[in-house]
Amino acid sequence: MAGSTLASPSADPAAGAAVSQVSVSPGRETWRRFRRHRLAMASTVVLGLLVLGVIVGPWLWPVAINEIDFSAQLQGPSWSHPLGTDDLGQDILARMMYGGRISLAVGLAAMVVATIVGVLIGALAGMSRKYADPILMWVTDLFLSLPQLPLLLLIIYLFREQLKAIFGVEGGVFVLIVIVIGGLRWMPVARLVRAQFLSLREKEFVEAARAQGATKMRQMFRHILPNALGPVIVASTIEVSSAIIAESTLSFLGLGFPPDIPTWGRLLFDAKDQLDTAPHWALFPGAAIFLTVLSINFIGDGLRDALDPRRVI
Amino acid sequence: MTSPILTVSNLTTSFRVEGQWKSVVRNLSFDIKPKETLAVVGESGSGKSVTALSIMRLTPPQSSKIEGSIKLNGKELLTLPDADMRHIRGNEIAMIFQEPMTSLNPVLTIGFQIAEALILHRGLSRSEAEAETIRLLEKVRIPAAKSRFHEYPHRFSGGMRQRVMIAMALACKPKLLIADEPTTALDVTIQAQTLELIKTLQDEEGMSVLFITHDMGVVAEIADRTVVMYNGDEVETGATEDIFASPKKPYTKALISAVPKLGSMIGKERPMRFPVVDRDTGESDVPVEVPDTVKAAERPVLEVAGLTTRFEIRSGLLSSVKGRVHAVENLSFSLMAGETLALVGESGCGKSTAGRSIMRLLEPLAGSVLLDGVDVLKLNQHDLREQRKRMQMIFQDPFASLNPRMNVGTAVAEPLLINNLATRSEARDKVADLLERVGLQPEMANRFPHEFSGGQRQRICIARALAVEPRLIVADEAVSALDVSVKAQVVNLMLDLQARMGLGYLFISHDMAVVERVSHRVAVMYLGEIVEIGPREAIFQNPQHPYTKRLLAAVPIADPARRLQKRPVSNDEIKSPVRPADYVPPVRQYREVSPGHAVMIWGEEWEKKDPAAIAA
Amino acid sequence: MATYLIRRLLIAIPSLLGISVILFTILALAPGDPFSEMATNPNVPPEVREALRASFGLNDPVMVRYLRWLSNMVQGDWGFSFASRINVDDLILQRLPTTLFVVGSSQILALCVALPVGIYAATRPYSVFDQIANTLAFVGFSLPTFFTGLLFILVFSVTLDWFPFVYRSDIAATGWRWYWEMFRQAIMPITVLGLFQAASYTRYVRSAVLDVIRLDYVTTARAKGLSEGRVTLRHITRNALIPVVTLVALQMPAVFGGALVTEQIFRVPGIGSLLIDAILANDTPVIMSVTFVFSCLVVFFNLIADILYGWLDPRISFS
Repeated sequence: MAGSTLASPSADPAAGAAVSQVSVSPGRETWRRFRRHRLAMASTVVLGLLVLGVIVGPWLWPVAINEIDFSAQLQGPSWSHPLGTDDLGQDILARMMYGGRISLAVGLAAMVVATIVGVLIGALAGMSRKYADPILMWVTDLFLSLPQLPLLLLIIYLFREQLKAIFGVEGGVFVLIVIVIGGLRWMPVARLVRAQFLSLREKEFVEAARAQGATKMRQMFRHILPNALGPVIVASTIEVSSAIIAESTLSFLGLGFPPDIPTWGRLLFDAKDQLDTAPHWALFPGAAIFLTVLSINFIGDGLRDALDPRRVI
Repeated sequence: MTSPILTVSNLTTSFRVEGQWKSVVRNLSFDIKPKETLAVVGESGSGKSVTALSIMRLTPPQSSKIEGSIKLNGKELLTLPDADMRHIRGNEIAMIFQEPMTSLNPVLTIGFQIAEALILHRGLSRSEAEAETIRLLEKVRIPAAKSRFHEYPHRFSGGMRQRVMIAMALACKPKLLIADEPTTALDVTIQAQTLELIKTLQDEEGMSVLFITHDMGVVAEIADRTVVMYNGDEVETGATEDIFASPKKPYTKALISAVPKLGSMIGKERPMRFPVVDRDTGESDVPVEVPDTVKAAERPVLEVAGLTTRFEIRSGLLSSVKGRVHAVENLSFSLMAGETLALVGESGCGKSTAGRSIMRLLEPLAGSVLLDGVDVLKLNQHDLREQRKRMQMIFQDPFASLNPRMNVGTAVAEPLLINNLATRSEARDKVADLLERVGLQPEMANRFPHEFSGGQRQRICIARALAVEPRLIVADEAVSALDVSVKAQVVNLMLDLQARMGLGYLFISHDMAVVERVSHRVAVMYLGEIVEIGPREAIFQNPQHPYTKRLLAAVPIADPARRLQKRPVSNDEIKSPVRPADYVPPVRQYREVSPGHAVMIWGEEWEKKDPAAIAA
Repeated sequence: MATYLIRRLLIAIPSLLGISVILFTILALAPGDPFSEMATNPNVPPEVREALRASFGLNDPVMVRYLRWLSNMVQGDWGFSFASRINVDDLILQRLPTTLFVVGSSQILALCVALPVGIYAATRPYSVFDQIANTLAFVGFSLPTFFTGLLFILVFSVTLDWFPFVYRSDIAATGWRWYWEMFRQAIMPITVLGLFQAASYTRYVRSAVLDVIRLDYVTTARAKGLSEGRVTLRHITRNALIPVVTLVALQMPAVFGGALVTEQIFRVPGIGSLLIDAILANDTPVIMSVTFVFSCLVVFFNLIADILYGWLDPRISFS
C-alpha cells in the first residue's frame, strides 16, 4: 500500500534516546487503567464483601437453615433474625448465606465450562484453514439458535433423577445445572475467540514468528493466545453473572435445585405467593442477586476499559 | 499588495489528556494570499493536521481549546458563534482528508453526499443540485458521471474517491481549500494525477490552497511558500525555493538532507548513505558511496525462477471459482550476496506477495526459489525450518511487527531459542550485542514495544532478523511507514550492516527516490510480472518500458527548480490483477538493452494511450 | 443481494433440521414416560398400557420415531396432547398470539427507549446524562426479570392496586373497555420485559454510535458545514443501526426465555407457560412442538435481521 499512515506521535529520530525509567509492562498498565474506573473498583469491594459473607458468614452466624419454628412465622427483620423469617419460621439470613454459596459456585463453575469449551472451539476454528472453520461455525450458529431457557428446563427436568442417583442429591443437580448452563453459553465465547484468532493470525508479529521457524503450536500459545485473551476475560466475567441469573431463574420456576436447598432463586419461588404479607422474604434474596450481578457486570466493564482502552476523544 | 485570504497569528491549540492540558501547536503564524499554495510540512507529531482542524474549528469541543487569531478575509473565526462557523465550513473554506477509503459515508450515494453541501449552502433544489453535481464530477474527470451519481462509495477506487472528495469540497466554490495529506494514501501515479488535478482546479477556480504533507517532494512540486513545523512549533517559513536552496534552521537542514532527490545519484555507481545532520548545530557530514559489498564471484545467494502465486476468488451460492488473482506470474531473477535488489511497483503489482512467496509464508503455485542452492519450495516442514535461518524478513508496520506482550529482549532472542542456536544465558548476551549493533542500548531489552517510537521498533525488528545470522533479508516496505528523518537513519543502518555482514537485501518498495539511493539493481513489477530489470543507473537513466517511464515521471522531485516543467501524467486507473477463471497468461519475451538490463517486450496496449511515451 | 438472501435461507433449513434432531434426541434419551401416571392407577392393567404405548409408537427405535415425527410435522399433523386432550397445533395456535403480542410490544418499547437514549448519550460522552444513562442501563440488566416482575406486582398491584396481576385472555367487555382492560393487564409484563431489554440495547446502541462517531466520514460531514443534528441523524444513525440490528436478532433466544418467566409470574396464557405445564405433565408432543416453535421463531428473526442488514448496508445489497 502506498505510503500509508506514519509512525507514532512520539517520533524520536535519535535512536538511543532515553526511554522511561520504569518499565511499564502491559499487565501493570492494565491494572492502572482498571483502578481509574471508580464503579468497577467499588464493585470489586462489594463483590468481595458478598463472597466473604457467604463463605465466612455461616461460622459467624451459626443458625441452622432448616430449623422450623412456627412461632416465628413470617416475621420482619429483628435482632434474632436480621433478615426476617419465612413461612416455616426458618431464618432467612442463614438460608441466604447457604444458598449464596451454591449460587456463586454454580456461576463460577458454569463460567469455567463455557470458557473452556468456547476457547477450544474458537481456537480450532480460528486456526483452521480448510474445513474445520465452516463446520464449527455452523455448529455454533445451530447452538445459538436453540432456545436456551426452554431447553434448560427440559434437560434438567428430564435428567434430574438419573444424576441424583450417580452423584447424590445436591451433587447431581449441581453437576447437571453447571453442565447445561455452561453447555449452552459457550457460543459467544467461541465466536469471540475465533474473531480474535482470525485477526491476530495475519498480524506481522505472528508472520515473523513463522518466518523464524515457529511451529503452529508455538505461534498459537506464545503469540496469538496471550493477545486474544483480553476480550475473553471480559466475556467470562460477564458469563458468571449470566450463569447466576440462569440458575436463579431455574430455581424460581421450580425446576432448579431440590426444594430444601435454599438458593436465592428458590427463596423467591417460595416467597412469591406471600408478597403482600411478607415482602421482606422476596426482597432480600432478590436484592442479593441484583447486587451480585450488578457488581460483576461493573467489574466486567472496568476490565473491558482496562484491557482495550478506547476512550473517546 | 493584495491582502491575504487567511491570516493565522499565534495559533495555540491544546488538548486535554488525562486531566492535563497539553499544547500541540504553539504560537503558529502564517498567512495565505489569494491564489497561493502554502504547504505546511512536518513529521508526525509536528501538529500540522491539528493546525488544519483548528482553522476549521473541527477539534473536539469538550477537550480542546484554540487560542490566538485566525482571520478569513479580515473576519475573525475563533470568536464566531457556531451557526456562523457552520456557514463558513464547506462554503468559504473546504477540506479534504487523507484516507479516501474511509472519508466517504458508505451508506449514502456519492451524488447525495456532494449535493448535500450545495443544498445546504446554496439553497438549490434537488434537481438543480443533481445537475450541478454531475457537472462537478465531470470537472474532476470521473468518467460516465451521470450514471455514477447514484453509486455508493465502495464501487470507487481510492483515487476516484479522492476525486469525489475534491468535487465535494469544490461544490460551493470556496476561497480556501485545506488539503490534509490528500495523496499520502495513494499510489505514486494516482498521486501525480491528483496533484495535477488540484493544480488545474486551483487555476480554474482561483482559490488558495493550504496543503499539509510530510513529503518534501510534493512540497517542491506544488507549493509557492512553505511552513516547516516540528513538535508543534514553527521552525521556518519562506518561499519554497529559498527553503530548499538555503535552509536556515538546523532542523530544516536535517529534514531536507534526509529527503532523497530523484536523479541525485547520477554518476554514482554504488548506493550512498544519507547525510547525517546534527539537529542542534546543523552541520552535516559528507556521505560517500558505500564500499563494494557485492560478491560477484560467488554463486548468487537467491535464485528465483518461474515463481507463480495465484489466489482464487470464490463467490456465488456454491462458492465456485469465479476468478483468480494472478499476484505473481513467472517471476525470475537472482541476487548476489552483499547486493541489494529492489522490487518496485504500485498496489497490486505483487511485490509483497513475491516477498512472502520467497519466504514461503505463502505457498506459491509453481517455480523454484534457490537459497544458496537449496530449493526452499520443495523442502518438507522440518528441513524448511532449518533453511529459514538463512533468510529473514522485516515488515512494513513497526507497530504490528512486535508482540505487544513480549518484552524486547524476549522478542529478539526468540529466533535463537526456536532454532536452538543458544541457551537462555547465551541468548541474553547475544541480544545485548544485537541491540548495540542496531544502535540501541542493551538495557532496553526489558522494555515493552509500546514504549518505543516507530524508528526504534524497526531497529528492534532488524535486530531480531539478524539474530540467526541470515544471508538474505527481505525488507517489505520496511521504511515506508517511518518519518523522513527516521527513514534516512534506518536506511543508513541497513547499508552499514550490509557492509559489515555481507547481507543481501531484497528491498521491496514503492518509493522510487529511496530505491535510487539504496539499491544496486532494480526490478520493476507490474501486474505480477517483472517488466524491466537492470542495474540502478540503467533503469533510472535509461528506462525502456512505458510503465517504468510512467512510474518515474510520476515521482515528485524534491527540487523546486524543476517544478514548472509540466510532466505528462496519464489518467489511467491502476489495473487489477484479477482475471477470469479460464485465463491463460501470455508467454513473455525479454530483450537485453545492455549487459544486465533486460526489458519485457510490450504489446500495443502500451503504445496508444501513454503520453509519457509519446512525449519521450 | 439475491444470492446473499438465498444463501441465508439455505443455511436456515439445515439449522432447523439440526435443532429438531437435537431436541428429539434429548427427549428420547430421557427416562420419563408419559404413561407413568397410569402405572399407579389400578384401573389400568399393564397390558392396556403396553398397547397404548405401542399405538403411540413409543416402542419403536429413535430414528423411526424421529422420521415419523418429521413427516408428520411437515404435513401439518403436530400430534395430540396427552394432558389437554386436543390437537397440539390447535393448542399452540390458541396461545401463540398472546406470547407474540407481549414479546413484540416489549421489543418495540425497548427500542423506543434505547435508540434515543443511546444515541443522545453517545453524542455527549461522559456527560452527566451519559453517566446516569449508563448506570441505569447497568442496573436495568442486572435486575433479573423475575425480581422486577415481583417488585412491580408488589408496588402496582398490591400497594397501589392500579393493575391486575393475573392476565386473562377472555375479558368480558367490548370496544374501548376491552382495550383499556387489555392495556391494564398487559402493561406490567410488557414493561418488565421491555425495560430489561431496553437496558442492554441502550448500551449496544451507545457503543455502536461511539464506534461510528470516531470515523473519518463523520468529520467530513462536519467539514461540509452540516449541523450536529443533521450529522447525527443522516450520517451516524444509519451506520450505527447496522450492528445493532444483528445484536437485537442475537438476543431473540434470551427474549423468549424472559417471556417464559414473565408468563409464569403474571400467569399470561402464552406458549411459555404452556411449555412449563407440559414439562411438568410429561406431555411429550407438546414439549417437542413448543420447543420447536421457539426455535423456528429464533431462526425466523435471525433471517429478518439478515434481510435488514443486507438492506441497510449498500455494500451487501449492491455488490
